[in-house]
Amino acid sequence: MSELDAFRAEVRDWLEANCPAEMREPVRDEGDVCWGGRNWVFKNEAQKRWLEACVAKGYTVPDWPKPYGGAGLTPEQTKVLKQEMKRIHARSPLDSFGIWMLGPALLQFGTEEQKVQYLNPIARGEIRWCQGYSEPGSGSDLVSLQTFGEDKGDHWVVNGSKIWTSYADKADWIFCLVRTDKANKYQGITFMLFDMASKGVTTKPILLISGNSPFCETFFDDVEVPKTQFIGEINRGWDVAKYLLGHEREMISGGGAGGDMVSIGGAFAKAFGKNAAGELDDPILRAEMAAFDVDVFAYRAMGERFMDMWKTGRAHPASSNMMKYVGTELNKRRHELVMSGGGSEALEWDSEETKGGARARGWLRTKANSIEGGTSEVMLNVIAKRILDLPGA
Amino acid sequence: MPLYHNDDQAMLKDSVAPFVAEQAPVSHLRNLRDSADATGFSRDLWAQFTEMGLPGMLVPEAHGGLGMGHMEAGIVLEEIGRNLTPSPFLSTSVGAVAALAKAGGTQASRWLPAIASGEAIVALAIDEGAKHRPDRIATTATRAGNGFRLDGKKSFVLHGHVADMSIVAAKTDGGITLFAVPKDAKGVTADPRRLVDSSLASHVTLDGVEVDADAVIGEVDAGGEILDALLAATRTGAAAEMVGVGQGAMDMTVNYLKERKQFGKLIGEFQGLQHRAAHLYGEMEVARATVMKAQQLLDEGSEGAKLMVSVAKAKAGRAANLAVREGVQMHGGIGMTDEYDIGLYMKRDRALAEYMGDVHYHIDQVARMNGY
Repeated sequence: MSELDAFRAEVRDWLEANCPAEMREPVRDEGDVCWGGRNWVFKNEAQKRWLEACVAKGYTVPDWPKPYGGAGLTPEQTKVLKQEMKRIHARSPLDSFGIWMLGPALLQFGTEEQKVQYLNPIARGEIRWCQGYSEPGSGSDLVSLQTFGEDKGDHWVVNGSKIWTSYADKADWIFCLVRTDKANKYQGITFMLFDMASKGVTTKPILLISGNSPFCETFFDDVEVPKTQFIGEINRGWDVAKYLLGHEREMISGGGAGGDMVSIGGAFAKAFGKNAAGELDDPILRAEMAAFDVDVFAYRAMGERFMDMWKTGRAHPASSNMMKYVGTELNKRRHELVMSGGGSEALEWDSEETKGGARARGWLRTKANSIEGGTSEVMLNVIAKRILDLPGA
Repeated sequence: MPLYHNDDQAMLKDSVAPFVAEQAPVSHLRNLRDSADATGFSRDLWAQFTEMGLPGMLVPEAHGGLGMGHMEAGIVLEEIGRNLTPSPFLSTSVGAVAALAKAGGTQASRWLPAIASGEAIVALAIDEGAKHRPDRIATTATRAGNGFRLDGKKSFVLHGHVADMSIVAAKTDGGITLFAVPKDAKGVTADPRRLVDSSLASHVTLDGVEVDADAVIGEVDAGGEILDALLAATRTGAAAEMVGVGQGAMDMTVNYLKERKQFGKLIGEFQGLQHRAAHLYGEMEVARATVMKAQQLLDEGSEGAKLMVSVAKAKAGRAANLAVREGVQMHGGIGMTDEYDIGLYMKRDRALAEYMGDVHYHIDQVARMNGY
């Protein structure tokens, strides 16, 4: 048995012993997703036990080094762990912007002291982070951001506002892009970290077309931030932000680590009924769903190849932009088909049978996929410039 | 196994890519076409392929081949695609070898060494109408004397008029049976037609063709599985070749965007073209990954291979088709001229897209394999 096979067997045994049966059920609502943080209320005992077991093993962040709360797994081992979790339909023990976004930035740019200080509470699910990037006047043109931190010697005084801050009203801390030099566009931004409980921070949820409010407006009114709480160098926060955006695109695109291939047509055939030939009883919808299945299975192979190449340094550094573009456009298409497949039932907004209009709200939510984290159009710009090397892009 | 080429495969690519580009670039196809070549490929080039061991890549070592996999064959096919090289490699060295190796027995011993040594060209006589419908084979094989009597019509048989042997799929009492029909068999006529991409594909008529019982590839009535192996290998190979065609067309087009000036600018500066080129890049990357996944699953003998093969043929078909269409459009007027190569890419893609099931056929297969 190869070392990796032995690891797989070990992981299998561990999951069998430690992943509660309830945590192998599909996620049904927002409460089933464990975000952690100071104010987190576990939905049930199983959610708590599953998180604690993973924390103890380092499996909330399997590929982070052990001193920072990870398990120190290699890329191959991490892939095996993900495959094995997927195999038993295990839920993610902990979802967090700390794991997805801040952690990688700290690992890349943080001091040893910062890594120990910030990464461990992220890995344990103790501190919930939010991200302060976009501003009302700075969306795709993020670098034009205006939130300003005035230098007061040992601290900054931050004034301004952010928008589209995911779960700002529930987060404990924020990592935030703040202008610290008005004369220097790119080299005048600092990547700050501060407590959302600081004086002068207020949040206001934004009601979206889905009827939900996962995003907030966040206002800073003379917020004092100690001048130790930043990553990288002062005025060089744009480097960190760019790195993180690349990472975010990688994350959005990294869903393809093998595992099950769920067919949208297969799922709908049961609900829809079949004709005498055993085909989904709507030939045009069947054809569209089958064409979608081809694209989604193909994208899954792409996800696997992308991750294999990314983790071993073989991928083009800008290829995560392509993954983000293709993946998010595909997801929007999926939800259009889900709505078509669901017919008038899928239009119901708050009935119990539709779990409170889950399909309709989910469909509307996906429209943000190709806007957040860089629009599809920005992704295409980046591919044209950095991969295809087209002129003037 | 990670989904990228390992060191050995990368080395193979490093030797095959310059070889094909130097010995059989697009001008090689033009020469054959303009000289009204009647063979459909260059035998000199095939001899060079043989020197490199390429015809027997997939032939098991016991039969004199290299015992490699579909991932390796795909490397060769991508270069064949990129250079639009006319070659019997796909039908002979991929499709026929997959069937013979799966079947074993007399015909495998007879033909596999001959393929590996470059002596035998093999054609695949599967299709019967204008569309690929391997589940509706009408050609019959009836028992006669010591063997069988074959009657029927086959179409889209690449290299059928020059092949030393054709693998013929026919209906027998209890199922499908594959036959190795030698070139000189009485009652076989091959009528080669020049296709849009300048290749030659034959309408083959089997009129009371008598073959011995040992002409059966594998077992009587049990040809279904062997045919499946042949189809999976050939479809995956055609998909790999389309990745090469699409990539070749895309590279040529992106280069053109960096050279051509209009309105005082390089046309590649226009966002309207940039976004389309970037979208195409994504589609080609996804197609490449999908084809590699199908190759990997075939090489592993995985159960999931069949689904992924259809996904790959459909996805590569869509992506390469986009590449050649955008290629001609972005080249503008000169894209319509015979002098420029981009139109040749469009022609080759069209023929490959149709071969062994087009995009629509394989999308339908994906639906069926998923129970709808």
